[in-house]
Amino acid sequence: MLRWLIGGGREPQSLAEKSSVQTIGEEQIQNPYTELLVLKGHQDIVRFLVQIDNYRFASAGDDGVVFLWNAQTGEKLFELHGHTHKITAIAPFSSSDASEEKSHLILTASADRTVIVWDCASGRQVQKVSCFHSTVKCLTVLQRLDVWLSGGSDLCVWNRKLDLLCKTSHLTDAGITALVELPKNCVAAAVGRELIIFRLIASSDMSEGWNVLEVKRLADHQDNILSLVSVNDLTFVTGSYVGELIVWDALDWTKQAYECNFWDSSLHQDIQPEIKLTQSPNETPVQHLTSDDECVFAAVGKGIYVYNLQMKRVIACQRSAHDSSVLHIEKLPNRQLISCSEDGSVRIWELREKQQLPAEPVSTGFFNMWGFGRANKQANQAAKKIQENTPMYFLELVGDLIGHSSAVQMFLYFGELGLVTCSADHLIILWKDGERESRLRSLTLFKKLTENDDLEFK
Amino acid sequence: MISAPDVVAFTREEELEDELCREPPLPEEYSVPLYPFSGHGANPWAKVANSKFTRDFILISEFSEQVGPQPLLTIPDDAKVSGTFDLNYFSLRIMSVDYQASFVGHPPGSAYPKLNFVEDSKVVLGDSKEGAFAYVHHLTLYDLEARGFVRPFCMAYISADEHKIMQQFQELSAEFSKASECLKTGNRKAFASELEKKLKDLDYTRTVLHNETEIQKKSNDKGYYTTQAIEKANELASVEKSIIEHQDLLKQIRSYPCRKVKESDSYNPYNPECELDQANSGCDQDPTTSDQTEPDERHLFVHVPSYTPKLIKAKSAKCFDKKLKTLEELCDVYFFTQTLDQLHHIERTFRGDVCYLLTEQISRALLKQQRVTNFLFEDVAFLDEKPPEKQYRGCQGLGQDAVDRKCLEEPSAPKVVISLGSYKSSVESVPIKMEQEIEDSQEAKLPESVTFEHQENLDYLDADIKGSISSGESIEVLGTEKSASGLTKSESQASLPVSPSPQAGRSKVGSRRTVSEDSIEVLSTCPSEALIPEDFKASYPSAINEEPYLDDEEGGLHFSPKLNLDNTDEQEDASQQENLVQVDTACCIGKESPNFLEPLPELGQKPCDEDGVVRIPPQPYRQVEQGLRGSFGGFPSQDGVSGGLLPYELDSRYLTCSREVSKSSLDECSDSMSYISSTASTCSDRTPSPAHRCQASERHRKKAGQNALWFIRQYPFAQPAIYSLLSGRTLIVLGQEEAVVKKLVTALSIFVPNSGLYTKPVKHWVTSPLHIVDFQKWKLIGLQRTVSPAGVNVLHALSRYSRYVSILDADIKTLRCPIYKGTVVSRLADHRTQIKRGSTYCMHVQSILTQLCSKAFLFTFCHHLHLPISEREPEESVASRRMNFLKLQLGLTNEDVKIVQYLAELLKLQYIQEPGQGGNPLLRFDYVPSFLYKI
Repeated sequence: MLRWLIGGGREPQSLAEKSSVQTIGEEQIQNPYTELLVLKGHQDIVRFLVQIDNYRFASAGDDGVVFLWNAQTGEKLFELHGHTHKITAIAPFSSSDASEEKSHLILTASADRTVIVWDCASGRQVQKVSCFHSTVKCLTVLQRLDVWLSGGSDLCVWNRKLDLLCKTSHLTDAGITALVELPKNCVAAAVGRELIIFRLIASSDMSEGWNVLEVKRLADHQDNILSLVSVNDLTFVTGSYVGELIVWDALDWTKQAYECNFWDSSLHQDIQPEIKLTQSPNETPVQHLTSDDECVFAAVGKGIYVYNLQMKRVIACQRSAHDSSVLHIEKLPNRQLISCSEDGSVRIWELREKQQLPAEPVSTGFFNMWGFGRANKQANQAAKKIQENTPMYFLELVGDLIGHSSAVQMFLYFGELGLVTCSADHLIILWKDGERESRLRSLTLFKKLTENDDLEFK
Repeated sequence: MISAPDVVAFTREEELEDELCREPPLPEEYSVPLYPFSGHGANPWAKVANSKFTRDFILISEFSEQVGPQPLLTIPDDAKVSGTFDLNYFSLRIMSVDYQASFVGHPPGSAYPKLNFVEDSKVVLGDSKEGAFAYVHHLTLYDLEARGFVRPFCMAYISADEHKIMQQFQELSAEFSKASECLKTGNRKAFASELEKKLKDLDYTRTVLHNETEIQKKSNDKGYYTTQAIEKANELASVEKSIIEHQDLLKQIRSYPCRKVKESDSYNPYNPECELDQANSGCDQDPTTSDQTEPDERHLFVHVPSYTPKLIKAKSAKCFDKKLKTLEELCDVYFFTQTLDQLHHIERTFRGDVCYLLTEQISRALLKQQRVTNFLFEDVAFLDEKPPEKQYRGCQGLGQDAVDRKCLEEPSAPKVVISLGSYKSSVESVPIKMEQEIEDSQEAKLPESVTFEHQENLDYLDADIKGSISSGESIEVLGTEKSASGLTKSESQASLPVSPSPQAGRSKVGSRRTVSEDSIEVLSTCPSEALIPEDFKASYPSAINEEPYLDDEEGGLHFSPKLNLDNTDEQEDASQQENLVQVDTACCIGKESPNFLEPLPELGQKPCDEDGVVRIPPQPYRQVEQGLRGSFGGFPSQDGVSGGLLPYELDSRYLTCSREVSKSSLDECSDSMSYISSTASTCSDRTPSPAHRCQASERHRKKAGQNALWFIRQYPFAQPAIYSLLSGRTLIVLGQEEAVVKKLVTALSIFVPNSGLYTKPVKHWVTSPLHIVDFQKWKLIGLQRTVSPAGVNVLHALSRYSRYVSILDADIKTLRCPIYKGTVVSRLADHRTQIKRGSTYCMHVQSILTQLCSKAFLFTFCHHLHLPISEREPEESVASRRMNFLKLQLGLTNEDVKIVQYLAELLKLQYIQEPGQGGNPLLRFDYVPSFLYKI
């Protein structure tokens, strides 16, 4: 395509590189996202997306502004101004009282060393805490205890009214990069290459007071811990900058499994020769982890790996899923996996068993009826040759979303409402199922017709 | 009396018809009106042989009290336009037919001179010797120095094509009324200020005289008055009388019911500044020193010069050497230029062939009815006239104030002033057959319509028709404003006094005074009943509003048959169109159109009061509407929506009209007439939009059409390119040369559906890399290709987003886009097309696109295609029903389906979009493979 545009001759180097990355043609019959809405508002990189309820989400980024959006209509609900620097962490904080009307709050932490609590219903700032000595890098809400934690150079525990309940002593200058809630009132905090377990203990003197106690320090990682995710009540997983993946027991904080360099392609014979494998360990950071009950999905470098907890091995992988680092990864209920990357694309994968490998994707009769023409041969390449010693699953590319012109930082899956992606190009894109939207518009139209009594007469 | 041989051409006498058409008569629907000048051996499109001018123009003439009829100016102001045409002679002709009563001066039994607020008369006049036909609009302006304070003027639209005049009579009348209203308003203002100055003069004179008399009295100790003293006293008395007279005049001119003028016209010649000035107009222009020509008189208002009164000689010099004021001076510069603008606008609007004008009007009226869909491909701003209602109300408020104020000041105002009879002069009515090609059937209907006439008129009618049969060289057909106002059905008639006119005899005489040995004029005015009006309605595209035509288009829905008496068997568009055209040609004949029967019952039952005011609100029409509505109710969703659009419009129009009419009382009749006629014309949105816009868009379309024609001939892959545009896929024209790219973009722009009312999603020239947002906003983009590194970025961006766009490379002539295998676009862009002209091609495109829009409309608004019929019906079955509808019912093949689906999506978006909120533009796309086309 590009070659044709530029007019033949020299071939850009990027094209050669791209050949290693699995591509899907323009015909993507399984890709439901055929409509998009660009949400403009941010003036800088948008880094965070957080779901508030069934139809609302908030976005935040380096411009320090938080936007609330309607995921159905793309309408901008509120523009929350209050931070003077870029936002470093965001967390939703809904009230746990079932009796009362559910109030939705969001917490945002910024490089201006403040944390602000916003009310999503009114779009107003509820409260602002500015007594931090360093930037808060992570926020975690412990719904069960109705407290929230802020992690910077120290760990602070706050209640809903924004009273500081307790704090730890100064930990490191680098500060806590990730926090995860563990059973038994424990929290795991990633500080540099160490994992520190804290426990919250109800204080004896005050009814509402808590004390925080450092329980254990785990220094099993060789490099900084980048990702920390809780799988279930019994396990949590950490990933480090050099690509170590450690599965921990959530109760006694012991190592259940340690995987290192499992993405190292030299272990696999099937690597395509032109790929240079002299990647330094730095090039395979575990950027993001996500999990369902059975598997942990890891975004490692440019690749995606599926690690089965039961079998303690990687069951499927896509070593070069994207052109550059995969930044975020999420598992959908329907065995699909979505990943986004610095290359600006979002890709939809499907975890398939090897035996089921179909000769050709079955095109639905619906699309054939439309006369979409011949099936694209390229699509078949998606069914990548899987090697003997690789697991019996494989990831098939079923679609990609191209819209952003810069790194896609994060995305949020809204189920039927679609998919929200945010990017360094300052844009948020709402991807929607065109078929469904069209039906909904028809419904709205007939509703409006009835309302206006236009059915008979207009 | 009648000897002019030309009349032959216009009569329908049997023997003459035989002479002209010897062939056996074709079936009515195939017959083409014969060219009236076929005897000359010319083809119908050649210049009319004996016309001495090259194009239509507007002539303003005055019947000067000093030199008689004289032409003042022509529009366009170009000697070439009128050519050898004798303007002086024609001025004489057109001025000589002004038979209206200019009843000014001292009426018997009245102490003071009365101003007569004469309404304009509108006359159609033909002079076959000159090869000229004219719509003549007579008006009188007030001039204190003129005889009887009035100066008769006329504006004439002169054309070589009498059909144009006859068929565009209503439009011409409406447009010229605006011009006239503007002139008269300015004139009233100027006249009032002139009067004020005169009063000051007189007052001053009186003071001087009074002083002199006093001095004389004192100096006179003889006990008797000298003749000198008596003279002075007489002079004083006469000055005092003059003062009273002038005050009265001032009162009269101020009491002019200006409210009606303002309300009547959506065209508002006033600007608030002037309005203000007018209200407290002290002295804006010195009548005695009015030689000064200020470019903008508003400057004068800024520093109002204090007027120094002058002494007035006892005997005002009424001599012929006195210089009469120019039209400009009479009307005050601002209004004069406004009028000229309006006249230029008229000239531009009515330029060109009449069939073009008619087609234009009809298609615009039809398009206007596609209210839901017309935003897609039509220039809505062009279709959308300025909403008359709004302006109207605004003016109403303003006007009402002014009037109230004035009424308080001069409560005795208008009642006596306006003489009813002045326009009753038109009571006699002599319709005449103008075209020899009228079918027999129509002739048969003639008497039927005449039965609506008063018996006496019928007599006139017969007599004059008979007279005209053998008549000679030229013919004049006169229609007065009455006929125009009759158009508005019940409303106008409601205000129309039907009293037996004492003036009838007089004006009849007047009408015959120009009869000479080589010419005849036939007065075809319609007195009270809507004789001509009905016909003019027929000649009106907007009259289709009341017609069940449009339903055929939208799927065979018909109004209840009772409204559609004669028309039920003519359901095809073509035949209806034909029908319409026939009616058009017959517009000057007093024939009841079979198409427009609705108001008829009303005509029959209209009781007229003796005092001439019909006190019946236009209720019956409402009922008819309700009938329409009822019949609509029977049809669900899809048909009713656009078909039913218009009665709402009618509704509001009629409501306001009737309200206004009931307000206007007898004294205001004469003006409410013109008021109504103009309201009607604006309400029904027939007024062509301002010429500049019209012209610009016209020119653009023409150019686009030419380019498009060139494109489809030049590029064999035009079809997939057009398909991309129609299916909402952004097409990018890539090229190095801006001119080439822009030409292609212009060519393709006619195929781009609009996504909203105001943004045409076309970007002619972009030099920076494109983003996803651009594809949301623009559907057709001209993109620069450069060899610089920046240019590479542009191409990289393009390659990245290639799935959303089709790319037409203007340099190497390739197209990369999805394949197209449908049929619609092949009709739209056939590279072997025989169409030669850009504008013709535009029309071709327009018709196909309109067809597509109708399909999209049906698809969008069919309830069962989008919603399950029963609760349990699965979505798949609805989807398959939808697809079946598209393929079988709408007959769409392959990719055509996607065009209609895209258009339907746009319709939905447009419809459900809340007003006020812009709505997020969304980008829809498909994951379909693209192919590379090469020449």
